[in-house]
Amino acid sequence: MSQKSAVKAVSRKDMTRAQWTWKEMKRNWIGYAFIAPFCFIFLLFTVCPVLVSIVVSFTDFNLLQVPNFVFLDNYIRLFLDDDIFLIAIKNTFVFAAIVGPASYLMSFMVAWFINELEPRVRAIVTLIFYAPSISGSVYLIWGTLFSGDSYGWVNGWLLKFGLIDTEIQFFQNAKYVMPLCIVVALWTSLGTAFLSFIAGLQGIDRSLYEAGAVDGVRNRWQELWYITLPSMKPQLMFGAIMAITGSFGFGGVVDALCGNPSVDYCAWTIMHHLHDYGGARFEVGYSSTIAVVLFAIMVGANSLVKKLLNGIGK
Amino acid sequence: MAKLRTRRHRVVLSRSIGGDAGITVLLVLLGLFMFLPMVYVVANSFKPLDELWMFPPRFFVYHPTFDNFKSLFVLMNTSWVPFSRYIFNTVFISVVGTFGNLACGSLAAYALSKIMFPGRKWIFKTIRLSLMFHKTVTAITNFIIMSALHLVDTYWAIIIPAWGSTLGLYLMKQFMETNISDAVLESARLDGATELRTFWTIAMPMVKPAWLTLIIYSFQDLWNSGSSIYVYSEQLKSFNYAIGQITAGGIKRAGASAASTVIMMAVPIAVFVISQSNIIETMGSSGMKD
Repeated sequence: MSQKSAVKAVSRKDMTRAQWTWKEMKRNWIGYAFIAPFCFIFLLFTVCPVLVSIVVSFTDFNLLQVPNFVFLDNYIRLFLDDDIFLIAIKNTFVFAAIVGPASYLMSFMVAWFINELEPRVRAIVTLIFYAPSISGSVYLIWGTLFSGDSYGWVNGWLLKFGLIDTEIQFFQNAKYVMPLCIVVALWTSLGTAFLSFIAGLQGIDRSLYEAGAVDGVRNRWQELWYITLPSMKPQLMFGAIMAITGSFGFGGVVDALCGNPSVDYCAWTIMHHLHDYGGARFEVGYSSTIAVVLFAIMVGANSLVKKLLNGIGK
Repeated sequence: MAKLRTRRHRVVLSRSIGGDAGITVLLVLLGLFMFLPMVYVVANSFKPLDELWMFPPRFFVYHPTFDNFKSLFVLMNTSWVPFSRYIFNTVFISVVGTFGNLACGSLAAYALSKIMFPGRKWIFKTIRLSLMFHKTVTAITNFIIMSALHLVDTYWAIIIPAWGSTLGLYLMKQFMETNISDAVLESARLDGATELRTFWTIAMPMVKPAWLTLIIYSFQDLWNSGSSIYVYSEQLKSFNYAIGQITAGGIKRAGASAASTVIMMAVPIAVFVISQSNIIETMGSSGMKD
């Protein structure tokens, strides 16, 4: 930013960088005033907690006693002594690795499919796909559809056609819990990323396609790869962040459908582990360690995907 | 856009029938997957008890009735905390939280996009980073901060953090960057308008879709907030939480719980239907460069 201003002001040369910054700060003081209310709350409830978690993760703080500095003990315990955490980390990765990309692909595919529809039809289809993600606890209906008694819709029909003899306890059987939770999570996952893709596709300049056609783009797949995807890279980036963050954070769905804890911890995620130690056992030091690990995983996954997406259309 | 024409080439680009058919089939299948559970919720809410508990279960309702909604209201009136209190809580939290988020968020978005103060890039990078992790990460530490501030078990424990939420702010900042020309702002400044006045009378009217989007995101989020670890008094809990309690009532309550789910989802869906075009317009500039 200092380079940009240098063109405008001649006197820039006579000042040190610090002097210049100070002058700019004074000249634009109103900017700080505007951002202050937001920044205060943001720092207090978002930045501060992350920093505090990192510090606390090296202590044995438990809300009652004066915390001791224990260095890496919490991290060692987490990865070497805590079997349930290992289950949690595995489940979290399985969830995220399936739900994240699947919801991302589904969002993009649907947005792309409906892009060429008439505006009014498009609005209705958008609503159909978007509605589950904004309807609060409506995913509980999956609990009714897959309920463990013969009144559950799936069990009822399986019994009727004689495919099974006794009802399947979908949410009490480790074999079904994960796949079902993944399906439900997918069902609620067409959110912000989806809308962003729709808008991104609408925003692409039509003349690019015409130019592409002249240059020998022959079918819609080539058009997608050479024109559409590169043109909406910023939206793809934003959508990826939304999809990844969402895919790591849907422990609530699991709780509501399978109970907490789920059978044999088969759908236990890092998020559950965090709440167990922080909310129920008050081991704040240890739960902060879990939070830091989760934070690192989310930010790491996001940075990785950002790098991957930069390769599109190259 | 099935066929594109230019002057030199008669038909430049055509869609293969196979591709069209494949896409349609896939879209219909995905659509059914998304739509049928929603239909089932609505159908259930109108089913009389004997249809809810019949074997084999039916998908659609044959003798629709409003009994479930009636019994929901009876249940509401007999609950320990009056149901109107839960509704009041949710409405109060949603309205105050959204209003604060709009005020803080739009001021910040304007400053970040249109006032060239040193440090703004750094602040924006931090905001962008905050989009990358879920807020459960900070829940436990936040609890400690809130109890230090004596906010635990008050409405403010939910409302104040909402004022600092970043998604709406991010979208608004991106939208302002592409949709407000600096020249217009500059001429207002030269005419002697204060920055606050420029913001209020010139910038804000130009970004109506963005602040509508911020309102809707914030409202949806707060409307759907269920039980929170920061609030434990029954009188302060949300409508969504109360509905969870009804659903937990088991077989007897199946009808009422379906009815309550329908009421709960009707609000955000109605809001989205009204504001869809504005949200999509805002999303047009949501992209993340670099």
